[in-house]
Amino acid sequence: MASVKELARLMKKLEDQLVVCMRCGMCQAVCPVFAQTGREADVARGKLALLDGLLQEIFKDPQGVYERLNRCLLCGSCAANCPSGVSVMEIFLQARAILAGFMGLPPAKKAILRGMLAHPELFDHVMAWGAKFQKIFTREVNDVIGTSCARINSPLIGDRHFRGLAEKPFHRLLPELDTAPAKGRPRAAFFVGCLLDKFFPDIAQAVVEVLQAHAVGIFMPPGQACCGIPAVSAGDTQTFGKLVRHNLALFEAGRFDYLVTACATCTSTIRKVWPMMLREEAAALRARVEKMAAKTLDVNQFLVDEVGLLTRDRQKDGEPVAVTYHDPCHLKKSLGVAAQPRAVIAANPDYRLIEMPEADACCGMGGSFNLQYYELSAGIGRRKRDNIQASGAAIVATGCPACMLQISDVLSRTGDRVAVRHPVQLYAESLRSKP
Amino acid sequence: MISQSLLKEFQAKVGADNVFSEDTDRLTYSYDAAVLEPVMPGLVVRPATGEALGQVVRLCNQNRIALTVRGAGTNLSGGTIPIAGGVVVVTNALNRIEEINEQDMYAVVQPGVVTAKLAAAVEAKGLFYPPDPGSQAVSTLGGNVAENAGGLRGLKYGVTRDYVMGLQFFDVDGEPIKTGSRTVKCATGYNLTGLMVGSEGTLGVFNKITLKLIPLPQDRKSMVAVFDEMGSASEAVAAIIASHVVPATLEIMDNFTIRAVEDYSHAGLPKEAAALLLIEVDGHPAQVADDAAKVETICRQMGAADIRVAKTAAERDKVWAARRTALSALAKLRPTLVLEDATVPRSRIPAMVKAIQAISDRYGLAIGTFGHAGDGNLHPTILTDRRDKAEWKKVEAAITDIFDQALALGGTLSGEHGTGIAKSCYLEKETSPATILYSRRLKAALDPNNILNPGKIIGG
Repeated sequence: MASVKELARLMKKLEDQLVVCMRCGMCQAVCPVFAQTGREADVARGKLALLDGLLQEIFKDPQGVYERLNRCLLCGSCAANCPSGVSVMEIFLQARAILAGFMGLPPAKKAILRGMLAHPELFDHVMAWGAKFQKIFTREVNDVIGTSCARINSPLIGDRHFRGLAEKPFHRLLPELDTAPAKGRPRAAFFVGCLLDKFFPDIAQAVVEVLQAHAVGIFMPPGQACCGIPAVSAGDTQTFGKLVRHNLALFEAGRFDYLVTACATCTSTIRKVWPMMLREEAAALRARVEKMAAKTLDVNQFLVDEVGLLTRDRQKDGEPVAVTYHDPCHLKKSLGVAAQPRAVIAANPDYRLIEMPEADACCGMGGSFNLQYYELSAGIGRRKRDNIQASGAAIVATGCPACMLQISDVLSRTGDRVAVRHPVQLYAESLRSKP
Repeated sequence: MISQSLLKEFQAKVGADNVFSEDTDRLTYSYDAAVLEPVMPGLVVRPATGEALGQVVRLCNQNRIALTVRGAGTNLSGGTIPIAGGVVVVTNALNRIEEINEQDMYAVVQPGVVTAKLAAAVEAKGLFYPPDPGSQAVSTLGGNVAENAGGLRGLKYGVTRDYVMGLQFFDVDGEPIKTGSRTVKCATGYNLTGLMVGSEGTLGVFNKITLKLIPLPQDRKSMVAVFDEMGSASEAVAAIIASHVVPATLEIMDNFTIRAVEDYSHAGLPKEAAALLLIEVDGHPAQVADDAAKVETICRQMGAADIRVAKTAAERDKVWAARRTALSALAKLRPTLVLEDATVPRSRIPAMVKAIQAISDRYGLAIGTFGHAGDGNLHPTILTDRRDKAEWKKVEAAITDIFDQALALGGTLSGEHGTGIAKSCYLEKETSPATILYSRRLKAALDPNNILNPGKIIGG
């Protein structure tokens, strides 16, 4: 391992951003992990102090800092609430990259990220096999939510209640699209994202349906790769860069006004993380990334702000069904998108939107955080579950498939019969009726 | 160094999960919100019961280890910066509101309860806990009592001290001491409550706090008065007080702060204004109407160019959101922000404002001034970069000048942030050598091994 001095030299580029933290401690009010543990090393202020410690060469071994840095959902609650405007996300992602580079990626992460995620075709194959065999090892537990759990003791699944892989991923149902818009309507490229493709093809289907109903032109190239967030979160900038370049080349081949995704995390990754983490790349690549980022919009925002929602008559009798909405951190805190998904839900007159307490509190998913710190993640999730329950809604909608996985797990574990849907799915239902 | 056997003893008292000995964890308890050098503690413990808290105190005393109690670590005078190699006792696991008594209007809390959480819990019952320090979203009530924290409502409602009815705390041997009562009146024994409030963890460790609650005011009205001169704004403050109207809140913002807030939050503040007064009156609707009219008249007489009265709850929120963003807005301008809280008698606000301006000019430093003008507690906020050694020297000189000015005007070094480490060397200037000696004798008698947050307030 290189020396602590060398690490301090690498950290130097974060110094100007690190000194912005004035240690006021206001991040303690909003950090979901800190709310569970009360430990300063779990909150942004503590992590920033630890990174400063590396810069000051206080630690002989950076392993402890590395571990604590990874105990974070990257939900951005602290950044959204920071009085001095510390670029917490950028600092954490850059620091993870520096530390992973300095210490080497753990072998399991390396195998998954570099061996599989970096190769979209191989990734698709492996996941297809997974979909085939998952039924052998799991059984259904909640038909409303659509979750399963392990049949036998499995170290990987634990006691999770999970949404299984779809039998057929979206790219097999609808490999590609390139349609022209009606006159005066925009063209949208559709970035599907891994979770929609492999777990929620029905949401991807609904997106296409809705875009078509609005006579929007759709460009959906085959061979799409992951947006890169699992790689960059693990500090694997090599895989991240590869995925960004792959997706850029793929989408640049088409003509479109907006790049639309139905995944909060994909949207915020392309819009914010791509330019943030490729700042040191050549100007030409940076320009391409920035151009793509500027065109990227969450599907709810696209529908409300760019094309306008359609309202149809009611199709069902009786009281409208109560729906509550969970704000994904990557939509509200990262991009300020909160009103639009609610408007999309409310556009279907068969549903009635009601607010849950703390609608914008993190669900505790945080991607690989859920795998690494399941108990902590589940603790945060239980609070979300209690708030959903308190709303009395029959459906919880949210604009992020990762949140949907977590919320399905926590609801299913307590035996709640609350369906978990994407706003666009609810909207698509209303558009299926005749105008 | 904490020995392995002692480490095991702490683990036995509070549970192994609540003892942090790794350097990475210890580093995260080496600082608070004051602009001071961090100091690495030897151990961090997080007791989850009052009983364990008492045992930790006893164990520290038996082993002559310095102990620093820490709530949320939002202290602005370094009171929660530990002693090198000492023990930090984190109270945030002691976060139960034990009782909210609506009939007798008091609450009993553990020290780690977050201020805003208690405020919300009592408000849900139609009651009011007025002290609202700027960090209330995270600060703990134990910390508030230990620092005698203030807030925006000091002028009418007083500060934390005015709400502490009683305490149960551990002396340095870990023995429980009871002081005060749940009754409105209590005349037994020494007023140890008064001694403990603002003692910054140097005389004992709080276990339970009994706090006075009052009825929620029925009505409130907020307004913003715009002034072309800082002088006339500060004179308006003095005039309002002199007319014996007591607003719940009476805040001032100078032009530097107004521009920073407006650039940051686009709240619709007039950027050309030399000063703003943000005023709220509350109480019975008839009195609110009376007071608001009186305040408005005084502001106009004192030369207010414009007065905007909030007509809806949303407009009212906007006024206070602008005030609350002052610190954030200033913080974004430079890497380091030094927030002072020297306080003067209210009639001397105009002189203090002028003096701060002169200090800013003398050292060529950016100082934004805002704060609780109504209670004489200004927040001159110096913007700098601590890494710039030459400028930092000027900042230190400016701070000394601000203190000297406040004292010359009959004021105090600190209205609400406490003495801690930051102001301990200036305390003699405000008091007298005999006062320091008296305080040190008191401390020595109650804490003979000098383990309770040594070095704070009175140095040594």
